[in-house]
Amino acid sequence: MTQSKKNKPPKLYVLERRDFQELLTALSADGYQLIGPTLREGAVTYAEITAVEDLPIGYTDDQEKGTYRLHQAREPRLFGCGPGPHSWKKYLFPARMRLWQAQRSNGGFTVQADAHTPDKLALIGVRACELQAIAIQDRVFTGGAYVDPAYQAQRENTFIVAVNCGRANKTCFCTSMHTGPKAVSGYDLALTEVYTPEQHYFLIESGSPSGDEVLHALPTRPAAVDEVEAGEAIIAATSAQMERSLETKGLKDLLYASYDHQRWDAVAARCLACGNCTMVCPTCFCTTVEDVTDLSGDTAERWRKWDSCFTMEFSYIVGGSIRSTAKARYRQWLTHKLATWVDQFGTMGCVGCGRCITWCPVGIDITEEVREIQTTSVAPTAAVTERKRKRENT
Amino acid sequence: MLLSAEPAVTTTFSSDPMIPRPYEIQRAKWDSSDTFSLELTPVGGGDIPAFEPGQFNMVYVYGVGEIPISISGDPARRDMLIHTTRAVGTVTRAMSELKVGMMLGVRGPYGAPWPVDEARGKDIVIVAGGIGLAPLRPAMYRILAYREHYGRVVLLYGARTPADVLYRKQLEQWRAHFDLDVFVTVDRATNNWRGSIGLVTQLIVRAPFDPLNTMAMVCGPEVMMRFTTLEMEKRGVNSDNIYVSLERNMKCGIGLCGHCQFGREFVCKDGPVFRYSQVRHFLTKWEV
Ligand SMILES: Cc1cc2nc3c(=O)[nH]c(=O)nc-3n(C[C@H](O)[C@H](O)[C@H](O)COP(=O)(O)OP(=O)(O)OC[C@H]3O[C@@H](n4cnc5c(N)ncnc54)[C@H](O)[C@@H]3O)c2cc1C
Ligand code: SF4
Ligand code: SF4
Ligand code: FES
Repeated sequence: MTQSKKNKPPKLYVLERRDFQELLTALSADGYQLIGPTLREGAVTYAEITAVEDLPIGYTDDQEKGTYRLHQAREPRLFGCGPGPHSWKKYLFPARMRLWQAQRSNGGFTVQADAHTPDKLALIGVRACELQAIAIQDRVFTGGAYVDPAYQAQRENTFIVAVNCGRANKTCFCTSMHTGPKAVSGYDLALTEVYTPEQHYFLIESGSPSGDEVLHALPTRPAAVDEVEAGEAIIAATSAQMERSLETKGLKDLLYASYDHQRWDAVAARCLACGNCTMVCPTCFCTTVEDVTDLSGDTAERWRKWDSCFTMEFSYIVGGSIRSTAKARYRQWLTHKLATWVDQFGTMGCVGCGRCITWCPVGIDITEEVREIQTTSVAPTAAVTERKRKRENT
Repeated sequence: MLLSAEPAVTTTFSSDPMIPRPYEIQRAKWDSSDTFSLELTPVGGGDIPAFEPGQFNMVYVYGVGEIPISISGDPARRDMLIHTTRAVGTVTRAMSELKVGMMLGVRGPYGAPWPVDEARGKDIVIVAGGIGLAPLRPAMYRILAYREHYGRVVLLYGARTPADVLYRKQLEQWRAHFDLDVFVTVDRATNNWRGSIGLVTQLIVRAPFDPLNTMAMVCGPEVMMRFTTLEMEKRGVNSDNIYVSLERNMKCGIGLCGHCQFGREFVCKDGPVFRYSQVRHFLTKWEV
């Protein structure tokens, strides 16, 4: 249902902080289950919310390589925290899902498809990078010859409230990926939270007909010029605050030419192949399947589960795993994100959310790995190439 | 919604590509000590879906698992689905134990086919190693059905031992065709073997075809394909005219699970049959 309006100046309205609950109430009244950031187990986790008090009000987070810390901020913002370890994909693309079940009957079986009856979900607080991640998964699951029907059904029943970022974490690099910090498309409503000691309000704009409907029902007023400028200044400041970056120019070709780069050895020496980076990543889409039968054997089920290219089984074929080393697996992951993904889906598979950097137990940083490859790539000498060619041909 | 005989089946089937359709085993026979062929028909009747040579199905054994298996039957025949499988692990062994009258789940056909139609006007060289002959047999059927459209047709087939040679009767029949050159070789011979001994790649040197006007189709273990492509290029066949069929782990067969990635390709939907020039960069890299 999300559609961007192009070429029209955005119509910005002001929703006062004290009226924020009205937005949640309106969406609930439309039958949406509300999902938003909450505090769970010391981190921001997307979960069901019912009232504004469920949001991590007045909290903020610090993220760095391998570290994540929440703390109380001086300002009572509703959306002061950046992305946590969870991403919205768990709602659109469940971590575990039954595909079908089969009943055994005299020598044979019948298969019963699981109906896809999605809940109406309103995602509250989707960041610009996360919108892009959803757009990327849309391409993966619904852009090809075969469509994932469960994903498609859930997407059609999802209302998105985006929030432009008022602060960049140390691990964020969306500006360099052109995916943030401002939401430009893919939302039903987009908010910018403005807080000063005197004022606390949201600039709100609609990005779709369903967004229009909700917006019209809210107690808003058109934004004044200085309010619009205040919102723009916040986004510009966030962008300027971003410390990390990833240079994407020429990257695809460089990575295609870097399968033999020595940097893969260095990163493999540290990588635990734990797969955390793939689990937290909002674009990673790989799955495996699991077959289960009940004790009598009369009912069999097939489940789909998130999988990670860091496992040994992932590439298993008779005779052994294709990518048996951590080196080959890290190379596969990074090269997929930033090179092969482009040829597969017309976009990179990374939106610069920084999750893989924060949640890597040994602090491996995708931006650093890319920079290493970019700055140390030299054309291999003729002798090396010749030796390699010989080896490959034997 | 049940997928057995009700007409409603078709809608569910087409809207959810992960749902297998039950097929009944009509005939089962061993082609060698570890390889068997199953002839299957859809439960509830009807034709099998049309397929192109080189395409595969995802085959499900009740309660055990689902694996990719190439279709090895004649694409002109819609009354019977044939799969030739080598029993090597959990699912394939369970499959080998199924009896006539029992069922399998099938979804497909999937994947890119052999370039049999583009190859018209050219000499054809088919090079198969071991079970690799199974996905190439439909190409042979198609080519023979339109024999007059092709130049010379050469089949080079290598098996480990004489007992591992698949489709023996058929090979005999093909060998008897005056317009077909069939060469079979084994790695290790036994007493009664009167054919050649050695690797299939060694047959390429003296195989009768015009390298400048040839389409080569190759399927076998990855090392065998590397050597074969090398030999083909040595004889002067352009890498654009060499096709290989690759194997990767597959969980979905339709481009959604990510498992079959090989560089930028999804083997399940961009392949399994690839133009050699398209994948050579990745084939020469290690652990892609
Ligand atoms: C396009 C294509 C066409 C093929 N055509 C044919 C054909 O015509 N005939 C033929 O004989 N073979 C064919 N194969 C090969 C065939 O698919 C494999 O031999 C088969 O998958 C082996 O399955 P298995 O369960 O018997 O073997 P196993 O060794 O038990 O398992 C192999 C498969 O099971 C899964 N698996 C096993 N262990 C694990 C684990 N620990 N974790 C996760 N997954 C695991 C993986 O999917 C793996 O690929 C084809 C393969 C492809 C890709
Ligand atoms: S690769 Fe890392 S930074 Fe990029 S989208 Fe995934 S988790 Fe975020
Ligand atoms: S890069 Fe880090 S998070 Fe990813 S698999 Fe390696 S150790 Fe785990
Ligand atoms: S087998 Fe799932 S993507 Fe190819």
